[in-house]
Amino acid sequence: MTTRPPALLVLEDGRAFRGRSYGAAGETFGEAVFATGMTGYQETLTDPSYHRQVVVQTAPHIGNTGVNDDDPESGRIWVAGYVVRDPARRPSSWRSRRGLDEELTAQGVVGISDIDTRALTRHLRERGAMRVGISTVETDAEALRRKVLDSPEMLGADLAAEVSTPSPYVVPAEGERRFTVVALDLGIKTMTPRRMAERGIEVHVLPATATVDDVLGLRPDGLFLSNGPGDPATADGPVGVVQAALERALPFFGICFGNQVFGRALGFGTYKLGYGHRGINQPVQDRSTGKVEVTAHNHGFAVEAPLDRATDTPYGTAEVSHVCLNDDVVEGLALRDRTGRLSGFSVQYHPEAAAGPHDAAYLFDRFADVMSAAKES
Amino acid sequence: MPRRTDIDSVLVIGSGPIVIGQACEFDYSGTQACRVLRAEGLRVILVNSNPATIMTDPDIADATYVEPITPEFVEKVIALERPDALLATLGGQTALNTAVALHDRGVLERFGVELIGASIDAIERGENRESFKKIVEEIGGETARSAICHSMDDCLAAVQDLGYPVVVRPSFTMGGAGSGMAFDEEDLRRIAGAGLDASPTTEVLLEESILGWKEYELEVMRDRADNVVIVCSIENIDPMGVHTGDSVTVAPAMTLTDREYQVMRDQAIAVIRAVGVDTGGCNIQFAVNPDDGRLIIIEMNPRVSRSSALASKATGFPIAKIAAKVALGYTLDEIPNDITGETPASFEPTLDYVVVKAPRFAFEKFPAADSTLTTHMKSVGEAMAIGRNFAEALQKALRSLEKSDGALDFVSSPGDADDLVEKVRRPYDGRLRDVVAALRAGASVDELYEATRIDPWFLDQLLLLTEVADEVAAVPQLTPEVLREAKRHGFSDAQLAALRGTSAEVIRGVRHALGIRPVYKTVDTCAAEFAARTPYHYSSYDEETEVRPREREAVIILGSGPNRIGQGIEFDYSCVHAAMALHEAGYETVMVNCNPETVSTDYDTSDRLYFEPLTLEDVLEVVDAERQAGPVAGVIVQLGGQTPLGLAEALAEAGVPIVGTSPAAIDLAEDRGSFGQVLADAGLPAPKHGTARSFEQAREIAADIGYPVLVRPSYVLGGRGMEIVYDDATLADYIGRATQASPEHPVLVDRFLDDAVEIDVDALFDGDELYLGGVMEHIEEAGIHSGDSACALPPTTLGHDELGRIRTSTEAIARGVGVRGLLNVQYALAGDVLYVLEANPRASRTVPFVSKATGVPLAKAAARVMLGTTIASLRDEGLLPATGDAVDLPADSPVAVKEAVMPFNRFRTPDGRTVDTLLGPEMRSTGEVMGIDELFGTAFAKSQAAAFGELPTSGTVFVSLANRDKRHMIFPVKRLADLGFTILATSGTAEVLRRNGVEAEVVRKRWVGHEPDGTPTIIGRILAGDVDLIINTPSGTTTGGSPRADGYEIRRAAIQGGIPCITTTQGLAAAVQGIEALRAESVGVRSLQSWARR
Repeated sequence: MTTRPPALLVLEDGRAFRGRSYGAAGETFGEAVFATGMTGYQETLTDPSYHRQVVVQTAPHIGNTGVNDDDPESGRIWVAGYVVRDPARRPSSWRSRRGLDEELTAQGVVGISDIDTRALTRHLRERGAMRVGISTVETDAEALRRKVLDSPEMLGADLAAEVSTPSPYVVPAEGERRFTVVALDLGIKTMTPRRMAERGIEVHVLPATATVDDVLGLRPDGLFLSNGPGDPATADGPVGVVQAALERALPFFGICFGNQVFGRALGFGTYKLGYGHRGINQPVQDRSTGKVEVTAHNHGFAVEAPLDRATDTPYGTAEVSHVCLNDDVVEGLALRDRTGRLSGFSVQYHPEAAAGPHDAAYLFDRFADVMSAAKES
Repeated sequence: MPRRTDIDSVLVIGSGPIVIGQACEFDYSGTQACRVLRAEGLRVILVNSNPATIMTDPDIADATYVEPITPEFVEKVIALERPDALLATLGGQTALNTAVALHDRGVLERFGVELIGASIDAIERGENRESFKKIVEEIGGETARSAICHSMDDCLAAVQDLGYPVVVRPSFTMGGAGSGMAFDEEDLRRIAGAGLDASPTTEVLLEESILGWKEYELEVMRDRADNVVIVCSIENIDPMGVHTGDSVTVAPAMTLTDREYQVMRDQAIAVIRAVGVDTGGCNIQFAVNPDDGRLIIIEMNPRVSRSSALASKATGFPIAKIAAKVALGYTLDEIPNDITGETPASFEPTLDYVVVKAPRFAFEKFPAADSTLTTHMKSVGEAMAIGRNFAEALQKALRSLEKSDGALDFVSSPGDADDLVEKVRRPYDGRLRDVVAALRAGASVDELYEATRIDPWFLDQLLLLTEVADEVAAVPQLTPEVLREAKRHGFSDAQLAALRGTSAEVIRGVRHALGIRPVYKTVDTCAAEFAARTPYHYSSYDEETEVRPREREAVIILGSGPNRIGQGIEFDYSCVHAAMALHEAGYETVMVNCNPETVSTDYDTSDRLYFEPLTLEDVLEVVDAERQAGPVAGVIVQLGGQTPLGLAEALAEAGVPIVGTSPAAIDLAEDRGSFGQVLADAGLPAPKHGTARSFEQAREIAADIGYPVLVRPSYVLGGRGMEIVYDDATLADYIGRATQASPEHPVLVDRFLDDAVEIDVDALFDGDELYLGGVMEHIEEAGIHSGDSACALPPTTLGHDELGRIRTSTEAIARGVGVRGLLNVQYALAGDVLYVLEANPRASRTVPFVSKATGVPLAKAAARVMLGTTIASLRDEGLLPATGDAVDLPADSPVAVKEAVMPFNRFRTPDGRTVDTLLGPEMRSTGEVMGIDELFGTAFAKSQAAAFGELPTSGTVFVSLANRDKRHMIFPVKRLADLGFTILATSGTAEVLRRNGVEAEVVRKRWVGHEPDGTPTIIGRILAGDVDLIINTPSGTTTGGSPRADGYEIRRAAIQGGIPCITTTQGLAAAVQGIEALRAESVGVRSLQSWARR
């Protein structure tokens, strides 16, 4: 039996777990969050929203299907560190190209295995998300904790620029081009423009720092804001872009971080959740139909908006369109113009669903419908 | 959407007796459903012929009909009760088929009964292969290439196209009955022929072989607002080709990426919508080609299934309960998740542990049967285990099977790698053990993958286990690190002891000294995202325990483990009753069990549930954890059958308080010598007997007693290894086999009482007063295992004097043994002598039957007595009748008849023939039914209708009897002739009948082929449906357990033709009474509540 070298995990409140090194050797710091999906570790690892976060997988067996070249949601692994219980020794899938351990090592991702991930998860649930360090070099828990306390916090972190594409690129429409959309990359996932392209949308992906002029210069039919890491309270640039677009009645669609930016553009606040939503089993209700969708979530912040009434904004009437049935967190916003027509909307969860269920894929159709209606009028 | 207000009463159909493919999972689901419906204020009417179920307890439904689940009887219930709706999706295939039959007969329309859950159209679409295939195509899915056939010619034509091997699947049968894999035309003719017979629509499906593909199941739930969730994914370790009920399975799926899983999820949802199951649960099965990922939908069940019970236990999402609620119109978001209390049921459970289910087989009971696993389910039960990784869960599941060869073996010499790789190509019970042996012998994962098509990930996990084992064996000293690593991978103390050449006690001592103890985690549906308030625990060698401290005194109830022949739902029933009674009495009840099918492992049944193997190690750790949580009054071992009873002594030695009958008293009753002394002291006769530790001893005892003798190993349940032997040669043969069956215990040799009436008694004793719960008179003679024998309560032929003697004897035994709680005694009345055959100081298989027949909750009372309450105060409380007991039942008490249900139709010999159907001293029934009515004849007729199908009231009877039985059958056969039956008989039998004035048509004794004049033989006539009743008693002697061959062909044909076959003279007498009752009057139905009011 091959045993991997020891590793140490310490939370900022001092709780420590001793396990074994997984992936690269070294030391890493970030915000400890837990993700409850039982499938889709490859998508999770490569989701830019996890930038600067150390992800704890609650599913005990990770790496069973290895690593393939089709499923990554971006060009690299973004998580700051990885915590699992039982890593696979031998992957098994006809699509697998290499093992996850190998991939983590190659990409320099420090991880830890063989710890009581449930105990850690319960701790984070009760005490909230907090900073964490993993080390294969430091064996003294108190010493590692001091380093953890020196590492930056997530609250107030402006991270979109760190994960965004350095230069614009275009994802062409599949088949006939029906619409042109500008997507602001705050940490966009591969699957998102693909879902739009499937619907005849040509997607111009711009860096997070793009200006209103950059956007409008492309004469798009709609504006899209992606998911991404960090505290939405810092995203003043994107908020300004959205407001300018809304003033021009440009159809809008936002996902996750994009939902928070949309909320801020409409005048709502945002706040940090105790331990966030990270899983692919979350029940969200569409308040207009009463239907429940099982959805993929990955958010530590949320929009603060009233559930019981609509809100007048300079761009029309805004209301909470979707809500999480587990805890009533705002999961979607809808904006209607003076005529009552939907002009922009956003969801806090992930209709592109990678990983996750496809229940909410209709939202991409809805975006096309909104653009279609706007074109006609 | 709130619940519908247009329904006030609902008829629920149960699943009837426990059979292979349909076990107590439907008691679990039905009980949940009935509770939900009643809580909603609806009047619940229940039909179920199985008295051993919790659902037939009179307080679960408003009107409980323990009546046959046939369209005829259910129609009578509908006519009487006029329910608004019928819920048939929770009672297995039996309930679903009955609902379809009621619809087809126009009964539902005539009485205005609405089918809720799944409509007739949806059932048809889901179950009819042709329409289902069309639906799958419409939603963009794929099915295996296939052809529907209605005749053998169709089959032969279709196979030209599909090529061999082909899979044969009959429509509308449960548990895959009648299906199989045909490799050539001979196979095809045999399997498809049987399949066409088994299908009520004479329809089979032939399809391309997807043998060896990965196999998955999804459990889906839908509400009337079209919200759909996937409750659980299950992956079969044994790939396609082995019935999912016979596979080792894992939840959640282990070897799918999210992309593949989501495609499966999308298709499952599309299927449930297209089939149109408006509300409720469905099970959908998939196959995945491991080489390219091609996904095929195998089938769907538009109802709650065995897998949904497993999924409920695996996830904490109670599928049947939610199915009942959505059937009433609630939507999933309106239903709270019980476990978290805060979140709704409209989510998908996520697991932070691994669940493994392992099947329990009973091939030892059917030595002639082919043990190859196929698409035709053969297992009789299952165990489930939960661990924090696959290795831990697998090892726990395997040791939960409680078979000496259940757990993986890392010690014995493995054998030759090449031989083993060849051996494991064939799937059979215990294959995983041999895969491990092959790995130990040096076979590679790749070689084994090629041979078994078990996914390499699972094989690598087995390899990991062998590596851990090697390390344990190799280290000079067992360090904390190595020990912890081994425990983390599920190794038991016993396995480690074997590896280290020491005892389990020593390992336990070392482990405890090092502080290496399991922690208890919680099944919470959400991977700890939300706090769980339901203490549903499993052990793991991890860091943090979640057992909460408590104030109230706890009673720990040990369940009975996986269902097996001889130990099944009846014991679970008693455990559940104890939990209910003791909770009510103010105790905190703690259940320990590992059977996912049962009511006892519902998190609602006890205050705390530990889903754990019932081994000494696992139980001691639970006891320890609970002792740290608060005061523990003791452990109940006498309700779960032999499994917990077998732990009693070791638990007591470890200082665990056993409540009720003490381990010393249990031992006294089990030990022949000391029990003999108890009988001698009380002046009670027992058949002459002796205890032999060698063949020589056994031969001497037999010579002294005189043949025939009954031989068996001591400490067994279900008559395991029990045989009647007639001479020294067969005795020698038996000893050779039996001592292997039970190495630690000697063999008991008893005089066999020919022609005795066997009597079963269940009683309760508090140290002072005896409450005689029930006296049952067996219908079959002594020598047939009591579990396989039909019996009547009250006894039909015993007088007051005999009952008085039974009471005195039972009390003397209870006192002599020192019983506190339940006692079961078996007597044989031969001549005028009441012999004591055996006494068991524990709950017996008949406790639920007695409780249903007399309306007295015997197991509840027993639990209270075990904790010190007297029978007198239970009488005051009203739990027991104020005065009297089963000896003085009122004269107008109804007669209840219990009949056993046999699994013979499930087994085939390696050459494809049905195994023999004779009854003997070794128990082989899987379940039971009850018939209840005013008179014995009617009650017996109902029991037969429930167990096998209605007795004929006219037609043709075929009679073939052993010489010794001919005298006894003249009168009943004459009676049948007088009633107008045509009698066919073999020449000897016909001659005896003719001399006694009964004309019988003589048929040849050689059955096979055609008569010389070309007319079919009796076998042909039976198969053609020309015979309505068969009476065949076996001749010859039992030799070494091999079936008495004479008459075998006849009994086989009876099974194939589904024709009632009576194999004892006493059974014939009872059947004649039943037939007379059926002819004399229209048989009515009556609820248990109505009988109780009388």
